[in-house]
Amino acid sequence: MPSRRQIFESRQRRRANLIAASSTGAVLVALIVLVPMAPGWDAVQRSFFNAEIFARTFPGLLNAFLLDIAIFAWCAPLIAALGLAVAIARDLRTPALYPVKLLAILYTDIFRGLPVILVIYLIGFGVPGLGLPRPWNSPYIWGSLALILVYAAYVAEVIRSGIESIHDSQRAAALSLGLSSSDTMRFVILPQAIRRVVPANMNLFIALQKDVALLSFIGPVEIFRQAGVYKSLLANFTPYVGAALIFLAITIPATRYADHLMNRQRQARS
Amino acid sequence: MPTLILTDVHKSFGTNPVLRGIDLTVTSGQMICLIGASGSGKSTLLRCMNLLEPIDDGRIELDGIDISEPGYDPQRVRQRIGTVFQSYNLFPHMSALENAMLAPRRIHRQSREEMEPRITTLFARFGLADRMHHYPDQLSGGQQQRVAIIRALAMQPQIMLFDEITSALDPELVGEVLDVLRQLRAEGMTMVLATHEMGFARELADTVCFLHAGRILESGRPEQVFVHPQQERTRAFLSRVL
Repeated sequence: MPSRRQIFESRQRRRANLIAASSTGAVLVALIVLVPMAPGWDAVQRSFFNAEIFARTFPGLLNAFLLDIAIFAWCAPLIAALGLAVAIARDLRTPALYPVKLLAILYTDIFRGLPVILVIYLIGFGVPGLGLPRPWNSPYIWGSLALILVYAAYVAEVIRSGIESIHDSQRAAALSLGLSSSDTMRFVILPQAIRRVVPANMNLFIALQKDVALLSFIGPVEIFRQAGVYKSLLANFTPYVGAALIFLAITIPATRYADHLMNRQRQARS
Repeated sequence: MPTLILTDVHKSFGTNPVLRGIDLTVTSGQMICLIGASGSGKSTLLRCMNLLEPIDDGRIELDGIDISEPGYDPQRVRQRIGTVFQSYNLFPHMSALENAMLAPRRIHRQSREEMEPRITTLFARFGLADRMHHYPDQLSGGQQQRVAIIRALAMQPQIMLFDEITSALDPELVGEVLDVLRQLRAEGMTMVLATHEMGFARELADTVCFLHAGRILESGRPEQVFVHPQQERTRAFLSRVL
């Protein structure tokens, strides 16, 4: 037998759900009815939502997307390693290593301050311009390096914010056991800091997954470039829609997962 | 026989003087209690003893060696002086056992197998054998503080410093931590405590020091300081806390 409060609350809930469902429905109906009434709808439908072209180009796009995944897969670990190294370098307190610290600060300032595409152009066209022999003139190498340099700068800042968020009492406890400052960093501070910034770094890696497409500007035929090829070949924009759907299939679940991690962390801490 | 001798120790934070000439001798097997209002310099004094805070003036000698000399390696001092803090400061990403094993493993380069029996014995001695594999957030405050004490003891220190280690605990958990101190006292451990537990200080201390505004205003046997305080400020403090 439900109590009076339970009855009241379940009625409230039903009411709220009903309102949400009917307003969502109204918006959807409006879109479905109104958008096709636009004067250019037929043309847009033909050039962006062409089912036949979609079916023809989708397998090729999927194939090209494998290259995006490959580039991501070799960049991500290098970004994590370089980002960690730079974050640690920025936290150095030994006077003899001051040049390293200075370099790390300079590095993060420069690469966070530049548009990704500009770095890709400068490194991707500039370095092979030195006349390097094959395979050292490959746009894969230098394009990847550009992505690694830019993203590692962001990852380094995120990790550093994690290091700074660890309360000083942890440091004091580790030092007063007689641990060296490098052991304190390695065994006490970093493990906590890195755990704390996992969700923030997840978001960076999702952004990286999208920015891999920028490498197409210097040569590699990955999905965005492949969609462009199909567009020119078939005089139709549908391949771009296909490419967008493939990106979303990866990034939406990844974003949801990062949000989930962040929520869990917030709950654990409160 | 470890002895720690502080002579005319001064320490300021910015323009704020916290210690204004402390003289104190800690001899082997002694238990010294530092009492006094918050802000009187008790915690800072303890942090200076294990070189977490560099002193501005004066000297600190450990077995005749001036450890306050700038450039003296603080790690060697801290390996001989254990410290326990008010807020436990356990490493939250490690189990209780891992907390206790980290420093011996890194500093004495002992393997896990070599030292695990010794550290397991410590946990058993302080009634935490069944909590060894728990993480700090799965332990009560009293248990966490006992693990923090075990972690410090795992380095086999010659002197232990305790910085108001019961102040963050619920009243019903204070007893179990004080029992650990009683046990250590009975084993002859050299200890310096900053504490608000006046009954405990009176029961066990060899020497009680009353700190006020960065100086030791009065020190002596507990029955003398608590029963016949010489200084007006000591009397005022005791009448407020007792």
